Amino acid sequence: MMTLLILAVLVLGFMVVLRLSRIADLSRELGGLREENIPERENRMSGRLMWAFGVIYMAAFIWMPIHFHDVFLPVSGSEQGVWIDQMYDVNWIVLGFVFFLTNIALFYFAGRYYHRADRRAYWYPHNNKLEMVWTIVPTVTLVAGIIYGIIVWNKITAAPEPGTLQVEVYSKQFDWTFRYAGKDGKLGATDYRLITAENPLGIITRKTLADRLAALKQEAAEATAARDKQMETLPKDVLEEKNKEIAHLNRTVERLLGLQKLMEDDIAVNGDNSSYLHGADDKVTKEFHLPVNTPVELLFRSQDVIHSAYLPHMRSQMNTVPGMTTRINLTPTITTDSMRLITANPEFDYILMCNKVCGVSHYNMQSPLTVEKSGAFKLWNIMLPVFDRSGGSTAMATPQEAAATHTAEAGTEGAAQEQAAPENE
Amino acid sequence: MSAAINPSMESSREHAGFHEHEQSFVSKYIFSRDHKMISKQFLITAMVMATVAMIMSVIFRLQIAFPGESFAFTHFFLGDKWAPGGVINQSMFLGLVTIHGTIMLFFVLTGGLSGTFSNLLIPLQIGARDMANGFMNMLSYWFFLAASVMMLSSLFVESGPAMGGWTVYPPLSVLPEAVSGSGTGMTLWLFSMVLFIIGSLMGSLNYIVTVLNLRTKGMKMTRLPLTVWALLLTAIVGVLAFPVLVSAVLLLIMDRMLGTSFYLSEIYIAGEALDNLGGSPILYEHLFWFLGHPEVYIVILPAFGIVSEIISTMSRKPIFGYRAMIGSLMAISFMSFLVWAHHMFVTGMNPFLGAVFAFTTTLIAVPSSIKVFNYITTIWRGNIIFSPGMLFSIGMVSTFIVGGLTGIIVANAALDIQVHDTYFVVAHFHMVMGVASIFAMMGGVYHWFPKLYGRMMNNRLGYWHFWLSLVAAYGVFLPMHYVGLSGPRRYYEYTEFPMFQGHFMDLNVIITIFAAIGGASQLIFFYNFFRSIWYGQKAPQNPWHANTLEWTTPVERLHGNWPGPLPEVHRWPYDYSKPGKPEDYVLQTVPLEAGEEES
Repeated sequence: MMTLLILAVLVLGFMVVLRLSRIADLSRELGGLREENIPERENRMSGRLMWAFGVIYMAAFIWMPIHFHDVFLPVSGSEQGVWIDQMYDVNWIVLGFVFFLTNIALFYFAGRYYHRADRRAYWYPHNNKLEMVWTIVPTVTLVAGIIYGIIVWNKITAAPEPGTLQVEVYSKQFDWTFRYAGKDGKLGATDYRLITAENPLGIITRKTLADRLAALKQEAAEATAARDKQMETLPKDVLEEKNKEIAHLNRTVERLLGLQKLMEDDIAVNGDNSSYLHGADDKVTKEFHLPVNTPVELLFRSQDVIHSAYLPHMRSQMNTVPGMTTRINLTPTITTDSMRLITANPEFDYILMCNKVCGVSHYNMQSPLTVEKSGAFKLWNIMLPVFDRSGGSTAMATPQEAAATHTAEAGTEGAAQEQAAPENE
Repeated sequence: MSAAINPSMESSREHAGFHEHEQSFVSKYIFSRDHKMISKQFLITAMVMATVAMIMSVIFRLQIAFPGESFAFTHFFLGDKWAPGGVINQSMFLGLVTIHGTIMLFFVLTGGLSGTFSNLLIPLQIGARDMANGFMNMLSYWFFLAASVMMLSSLFVESGPAMGGWTVYPPLSVLPEAVSGSGTGMTLWLFSMVLFIIGSLMGSLNYIVTVLNLRTKGMKMTRLPLTVWALLLTAIVGVLAFPVLVSAVLLLIMDRMLGTSFYLSEIYIAGEALDNLGGSPILYEHLFWFLGHPEVYIVILPAFGIVSEIISTMSRKPIFGYRAMIGSLMAISFMSFLVWAHHMFVTGMNPFLGAVFAFTTTLIAVPSSIKVFNYITTIWRGNIIFSPGMLFSIGMVSTFIVGGLTGIIVANAALDIQVHDTYFVVAHFHMVMGVASIFAMMGGVYHWFPKLYGRMMNNRLGYWHFWLSLVAAYGVFLPMHYVGLSGPRRYYEYTEFPMFQGHFMDLNVIITIFAAIGGASQLIFFYNFFRSIWYGQKAPQNPWHANTLEWTTPVERLHGNWPGPLPEVHRWPYDYSKPGKPEDYVLQTVPLEAGEEES
């Protein structure tokens, strides 16, 4: 009832306003004022407001970055970021100049030349010289700017030196996982069909592949048996669903058998250089550490949808795309500890966050990044458990692999952490 | 009768003594084939859509600035399901962000802007009785309406509307396991887009054919008003770009429904490794942005056209550099097809391609800057009548400058790494084509309202509307640049990050307050608009003393536009304040005097 009353009052009020404004208009019209004949005082007012707005606008533009300066990121934590920051500085100066020039001209002229009955506009349809000037000057400036930009871009995206430290950043809804190479210094091959709770990145070793195959075969066999048992009783659509599931399992088994053959062929040809033999000593962790002043190649993969690895303090960003590996170069130059001093914030952490909408918890897909001295990084790294202590081999473990496994066996603390990792999912 | 339904080009051009046909309510107002009525249909539909999208933006801005706080406003629109306790949930937050973008870009600034002004102005300004094909023109609106209804209906499905952002990148948009909006909501989104594109293509083809074939005697291409040039090029860009989006959308539909793998490869989700192999989401991104980038020019070109016309008329000065303006429109249209991958600098695309696209993208700023300098020179030493249309046109130039300058930042591949997908980009494109085009659209409505409804809109309300909108637009998007230098977008809340507290949130509060002011000030426009339809002052034939042909038609807005024979054109449309003329305007239909030079 109350709502109805309020609505009625609103409707009536609206009608009253309508009528009143109609009366106001009629009286204006009777006074000879028509909408298309805008009186000089209204034009003057608009002109003055143009000036006022122009001034307030320019003032706000200058005031805001001063007042809200702590919104800006601190000094760049990476070499690449320093190049980008320098280029921003150059760009801000040029663009700032054009910004003030054009906006001041626009609002000044607008306010200056409001309509007066005794004036006539200046007939000025074109001036080729002038137009040439503002074609050529922007062209030259822009080309210079973009050549500078492309030089920096090429530096940032250049192929890394061979032997550069590689770190894999792996994304899934809604967290990050990291992979470091083991003793061999190389990251092993992966396949998404090997992903299990124990193997969150799908690293391929002879063992993970054989285990996964066995599990899938068993699953397929069980599913087939269950279906056959219920063949008569199940409704048609459920049966079809089951058939699809079994076909999917069988297909996966087929494909993994193909992968197995591919792996063995590759090992036969490349021997120890085969990427299938590099996975066992990899280190999978939920912690993200990088050594300072060391060029790093970050490799990105994604499990489910597109994410974007965004490191604002490093001025760095790359999408992670399912089905392909993307990469960037990054050379951190300031350790987390130093940055805490620089920002006078003992809580400071470099942060990795997702910057491509990826689902409901997109807003909280983050991970801190610790940049530390090379020694501390090595110590941290060596304490990480290796992915597969057995060397990843079911049958054909070579003596070298076994040896590698022994030396890499480390810290029980780390092992506990590895076990905890799958639970986070 | 048949001639009126489907006037062949001959009959339309030479329909001397064209007479009004008796029309029923349905054929006049609903299934109308009259371009002026279709224009109004587009406008009103776009206004409804814009209102919905504007309300959405206020709702999600409230959540960003005041995370977790309860708002009756939010609860009123979303109810218990999507906003339990008046707090929007994460799913609907993404849904609103997605649909706000989709509606504003496609339904308001593409369908609404081109649909309204191409329909209204092309026949009137080139001196034609109607569009080349009235029936197809009618269909284009009805497809647009069906697409609008379908898009809105996706808001009411159980699993929610599409939630993958307005670009609907796969695999997120393919997998309902990834986000609930990728279920029925996404299906409706895709089919709505297909309908929209069909409608848009029919409209565009019609606009092109009409401009090329139905110009009245003497209306050479070099005598066309810049509005018509802009709308023609918009239509051409649309015809070339939209079909690519259809193919992208169709492949996406197949991936979703038929089990294909165009965009999918090596995906493990919900505990299962999918069978799909060999596809690539990057393929979708290329296809999408091959439309997506020309699309932003589809949005801004009509705005250029409208603003050129209004600035010249209201400054009582010829547009500065008419031919340069046409040339820059052409250059922008052509180059708009060579820049799409600048949306993909950080997707892992080959860095060499990044460099190429950074270069082409930066060059497109040249014709844009020519336009800005020419506008400023046009108002210089003008005699400016500040009608609401003129105010909005100056506002458009101002926001276009800001957005254009930040465009030079994001065009630079290396600089883009830092601000890609942040609020800096959001601020950039809202300035350069969101606010700029909306301002042009508003300006166009105020300026041509007499041609739409035969009445004048109220100027005082127009002033209020403009100044509040301008202040609100800058209040929203100026601070957003600063937020964006570190702030990722489409975040439900920033509470999980210590670095995003303090002044970062203060700025977000400022943005939200201005967004609410901006939204509320549109009520003034709505009130003025609908009131003026019935109660506005009766318009004279040529209220703004403009030169173009639409102002030679009678106020009554006849079917067929001119009661007698079609007007004949003798000069370009910008003879304002020409020396030696008694008035400060000369209609295009006035023959050149002996010895008078055509400019």
